[in-house]
Amino acid sequence: MGLTGHKDWDADLALARIQELERLPGALLPIFHALQEEFGYVDKAAIPLIASALNISHAEVHGVLTFYHDFRREPSGRHHLKICRAESCQAMGCETMIRHVEDRLGVKLGGTNEDRSLTVEPVYCLGNCALSPAAMLDGKLYGRVSSDVADFLIDGARGHS
Amino acid sequence: MSLKIFVPGDAAALSVGSDAVSRAINEQISARRIDATVIRNGSRGMFWLEPLVEVETSRGRVAYGPVTAAEVPGLFDVGFLEGKPHKLHLGLTEEIPFLKTQERLTFARCGITDPLSLSDYISHGGYRGLERALKMSQMEIVEEVTNSGLRGRGGAGFPTGIKWKTVLGASADQKYIVCNADEGDSGTYADRMIMEGDPFVLIEGMTIAGLAVGATSGYIYVRSEYPHAFRQLKRAIAIAHEKGYLGASVAGSGKRFDLEPRMGAGAYICGEETSLLESLEGKRGQIRFKPPLPALKGLFGQPTVVNNVISLASVPIILDKGAQYYKDFGMGRSRGTLTIQLAGNIKHGGLVEKAFGLTLREAIYEYGGGTASGRPLRAVQVGGPLGAYFPASLLDTPLDYEAFAERKGMLGHGGIVVFDDTVDLAHQARFAMEFCAVESCGKCTPCRMGSTRGVEVIDRVIANEDRAKNLELLADLCEVLTDGSLCALGGLIAYPVQSAVRHFPEDFDKPAPLPPPATGSNQGVPSWR
Repeated sequence: MGLTGHKDWDADLALARIQELERLPGALLPIFHALQEEFGYVDKAAIPLIASALNISHAEVHGVLTFYHDFRREPSGRHHLKICRAESCQAMGCETMIRHVEDRLGVKLGGTNEDRSLTVEPVYCLGNCALSPAAMLDGKLYGRVSSDVADFLIDGARGHS
Repeated sequence: MSLKIFVPGDAAALSVGSDAVSRAINEQISARRIDATVIRNGSRGMFWLEPLVEVETSRGRVAYGPVTAAEVPGLFDVGFLEGKPHKLHLGLTEEIPFLKTQERLTFARCGITDPLSLSDYISHGGYRGLERALKMSQMEIVEEVTNSGLRGRGGAGFPTGIKWKTVLGASADQKYIVCNADEGDSGTYADRMIMEGDPFVLIEGMTIAGLAVGATSGYIYVRSEYPHAFRQLKRAIAIAHEKGYLGASVAGSGKRFDLEPRMGAGAYICGEETSLLESLEGKRGQIRFKPPLPALKGLFGQPTVVNNVISLASVPIILDKGAQYYKDFGMGRSRGTLTIQLAGNIKHGGLVEKAFGLTLREAIYEYGGGTASGRPLRAVQVGGPLGAYFPASLLDTPLDYEAFAERKGMLGHGGIVVFDDTVDLAHQARFAMEFCAVESCGKCTPCRMGSTRGVEVIDRVIANEDRAKNLELLADLCEVLTDGSLCALGGLIAYPVQSAVRHFPEDFDKPAPLPPPATGSNQGVPSWR
């Protein structure tokens, strides 16, 4: 295991995951998701492996990888905090909470804090709009996320790291 | 018989601690040696009361909420299993005014049944629509849906039956049913609720669609922001397969229908049907030119029905009770029920399923109870990030596709985001343009370039540089986006921007700049600064 809580890049493991999925119709997104689940990001060394498995060009693989907001191309923090900044959460003051989180972590949305425990990312709607502001920590949804709740989430994530 | 206690497993309920409540209840059950079972139901859609715990009593289900884990022992002490009084006691769930006056057709089972129990689904009227459909010809099924007046609930409002008819009429070796579960509009969560709270109704609706048009394969494209819904669908699909409701012979009919959920990857544009199809094919989510329509040349070039979750989840009841039953709800050309989602600065946020025709005011005040902050309402945005901002003076607009179109707005997927008087509409207009720039697929120039230019022009308006001239330029730019964009993203972005200018001109006359913006950016997201 690497520092990120994900496995370190491993070409053999990547190839195994690619081969599990290569026969699916429209396999590219499922492959990217699988690699990101395994390694926390999609290493550029995966591009030729995928291109050859799906019989498409490197450029096509790169083009799809870079189109979608979800896919990371660099290793990230051990935990991922997504904070919603769409309209419903704006109406409940998410921008104030986001400023608080950024000040606390010393990093802007999209960045990873110094001890690499946490990557914070903006997201546009988590479907929890009756309980705005919303956030998601490692795939788990939270509602009514005030600055205090955000602190609680950050402390929890760092404690587990 | 074992007592039943319901603790929602819906993601929104989980987001305010329903797992901890469920654990605390299970601890009390074992400590007190009570014969009771905790069922993780969907949400009733009264989110200000979540976690909402219900107990089954001889009088019906009694609700308590919002319950915290710490309060659970106290609930047992007062005898909540018999529905006894407590400060969180809400009475019979069905009698709670927010629920009592609703007309729940699509959401008839959501929050009531165990979402992953097929026997629960069937005993509450599930698979009756499929049963009837199996006795009908393909054309009869399509006609039933057409006659019901059902229009696409994703936002465009296109008649569902007509789309199906086109696919039925196309000849091909393979046809597809694709469910658009890329519910990206802020203020909406109905798709998520149904996928988590009653997934079999979506599976049944898609199966009926497959029978109707002759498609043997279906995909549900779920946004990655909904990992919980994705897992729930996977489980439900596995159960339906195992019990013979999916696969080689649907309900013993000899007709095949297979279903697979796929996860999106954080692109708002993939809610546009042709982008979604590209994405499913493993490509960049760039929109396609139309024609050809997806109904004729859709997924992998084959005839494809693309429908929203709520549209498909409304099909079983239409087949079960008949087109006329469904059509009797609603007004004008908007038939059936609308799933209104109350969001943003709202006291009682939640899901209201009602016949079309309720006014915005009734939805926000009678159901929503006004703003959460207690401050005056100043603006509402209906229909997601591409919907218009309405001032309080338009609150008497009925929730109906045509009424909104007349007022240069749109109903979209039924989300209502409420803002109090602290909102700055110039800031919201800027956000709309910025959102368009972030999420543009880049295929057409008006949207790709126009949105970035739009942010710059609004910045100049806000900074009071040649304001009149720049507002004129903004109007011109909006016209180009409206007329020149290939899809609804660029095509509708003028709605929030120009409605803000039109209804809230005072916010564009402020000499002071916007409050300092919050953040930097991620993955090509343009900076606020």
